[in-house]
Amino acid sequence: MISSLFRLALRNLNILIGLAFAGVLMLALITTVYGLITEPAAPTAEHEFHREHKPLKLASDGPFGQFDRQQLQRGFQVYKEVCAACHSLRLVAFRNLEDLGYNEAEVKAIATQWAIQQPSINPETGETATRANIPSDRFPLAFANDVAARAANNNAIPPDLSLITKAREGGAAYIYSLLTGYQNQPAELVHEFPGAKTPEGLHYNPYFPNLNIAMPPPLTSNDQVTYQDGTRATIDQMAKDVSAFLVWTAEPNLETRHQAGLATILFLLIFTLLTFGAYRNIWRGVKH
Amino acid sequence: MSFPWAQHYAPKHPLMQWVDSRLPLPRFVYNAIGGGYPVPRNLNYFWNFGIMAGAALMIQIVTGIVLAMHYAANGAVAFDSVESIMRDVNAGWFLRYAHANGASMFLAVVYIHIFRGLYYGSYKAPREMVWLLGVVIFLLLMATAFMGYVLPWGQMSFWGAQVITGFFSAIPGIGETIRIWLLGGYAPDNAALNRFFSLHYLLPFVILGVIILHIWALHIPGSGNPTGVEVKAEQDTVPFHPYYTAKDGFGLGVFLIVFAALLFFAPNYLGHADNYIPANPLSTPAHIVPEWYFWPFYAILRAFTVDFIIPAKLWGVLAMFGSILLLFFLPWLDRSPVRSANFRPMYRTLFWVLVADVLVLGFCGGAPAEPAYIIASQIAAAYYFLHFLVLVPIVSALERPRPLPNSITEAVLEGKSGSRMRETAVTGAPAAAE
Repeated sequence: MISSLFRLALRNLNILIGLAFAGVLMLALITTVYGLITEPAAPTAEHEFHREHKPLKLASDGPFGQFDRQQLQRGFQVYKEVCAACHSLRLVAFRNLEDLGYNEAEVKAIATQWAIQQPSINPETGETATRANIPSDRFPLAFANDVAARAANNNAIPPDLSLITKAREGGAAYIYSLLTGYQNQPAELVHEFPGAKTPEGLHYNPYFPNLNIAMPPPLTSNDQVTYQDGTRATIDQMAKDVSAFLVWTAEPNLETRHQAGLATILFLLIFTLLTFGAYRNIWRGVKH
Repeated sequence: MSFPWAQHYAPKHPLMQWVDSRLPLPRFVYNAIGGGYPVPRNLNYFWNFGIMAGAALMIQIVTGIVLAMHYAANGAVAFDSVESIMRDVNAGWFLRYAHANGASMFLAVVYIHIFRGLYYGSYKAPREMVWLLGVVIFLLLMATAFMGYVLPWGQMSFWGAQVITGFFSAIPGIGETIRIWLLGGYAPDNAALNRFFSLHYLLPFVILGVIILHIWALHIPGSGNPTGVEVKAEQDTVPFHPYYTAKDGFGLGVFLIVFAALLFFAPNYLGHADNYIPANPLSTPAHIVPEWYFWPFYAILRAFTVDFIIPAKLWGVLAMFGSILLLFFLPWLDRSPVRSANFRPMYRTLFWVLVADVLVLGFCGGAPAEPAYIIASQIAAAYYFLHFLVLVPIVSALERPRPLPNSITEAVLEGKSGSRMRETAVTGAPAAAE
């Protein structure tokens, strides 16, 4: 009797295994639903007050997008005069600025006049020293190390900006929204979530994932920088320009990629059309 | 082996005759993918995906070998070496984006290839070995893709490695020891990165070897076809070349267009932003998610939230591996002698429910671990196991299939061969009316 039951079970082992997995999952399902009823997820300030990034249109968008070099130069100026004090650009070299339309002499001047010098050693004594930047150098770090960065920034590390538009959901639009999104914490937030009051030293920004960002508002007044091309430097304009610039730092080959893509797709379309013709030609008269 | 009417290789050029009599490699190729391999005449476009997968592997190997010339598998510099490929290596951005998106294209065509097999019963006798080798390739492919994703050493690389190797610590007793042995340390670090790179370079060649076995095993019975009826006579087949080389050439063109659109215009669409942040063991990303092709399995893993006899984590790991390993048993779980779902009304319904089920699992696996998604993945995961282990065996025993055509040629002449997708869905009268 027992042995025949055992044999029956063995023959239907697949069904037993399937029912075991499904059974445990149903048990888990009941527990999840029960947990949801008894302890419904409490609403959080992040959940209710976090905002999706604002839309941002840039010349580099879309499959045909190319950079607006004037805008990149303006964005670089904002980076240089506002962001560079705290944020590094360690993956970008001064020589890369030629892509923005600066000539060799201009790039050389930008490098030598850069506020932070390149770490080096004294050729006589071997002691640590600094030297002026040259075009082949990458942008020097804003802080020598993370400890120095934390010490100077209320225990927060300003992230490197080289890849920032690729390293954040929303990309350039997120950067733009963040830069223009600073505001006073809404009274209803504090009313609803007394524990979520923005701590001392942080700043309320609904575009930042946890709403409170360590970075003080970097763009505070119109004409904070003086654009050389005559564009009026409103906060909105500066935020747009620096976001466009950071698209370039993250993806300097974007234009080449778009051009190569168009050529490749065009080639492949012709190739595919020809193979389709060959296919139809060869199969002509063969019923299938 | 081949059909008796297969064309024979007869080189005309004296040089080819000379080579063929000393090393019959041209003959081998001719019989494998040339005029010497008779193939059913009614294959539809779903039969293009095997070639596409082969092409994807070759693209991965070529781009990968060049990338390895510039990549440095060291935790301190790996991230920067990838960025240097993107910025300083000539066409480095092209190589890297081709390789990263090539992995997605590879997995995408492999998934379609697998579902083709599920629909048309490609796993059934006499092609069980083709299927078994295919599952082996799939497993190797997943391992290779996972290890490749670790190499850029971004945040998702690091935390993905942490999570995946963490599966092994679910093994009772010795799990933690195994995990540390696999990683070469207590957490993913240089030792782990180096061995992942080594294996990531090795496994594609193992895959290549198993693919050769896969095709060899396929050539014993010959290719299946949408009717599931075996080849009976010469008029059922056409030579692989030029008929299917031409058709595959067209399929390959479409594949490359989709690939190029992704590579050139949305190269980061399928990736995760966090992987452009260098690996940081001290900062955990808000949502750790694997690449899209692992989402269904990740959903199964996360669906087990209850300790029942064994810990929930062990259930999840067992189920996740089980969900793939059960494919090894599919040829014997499905006992129906009819291959094609076109003639199996009940199984065909089950198949489409399974497709929807896997899509739901995939969606849940990519979503944050919130109760609504967990509940959906618990239901979908349960259905996944019931489909393969309970419903398919029962349906295959109960189902009354529709009458099969006597031969491929007969089906072709009646316009019911399934070679056109439109016919595929509406072949035959409803079962009840028979």
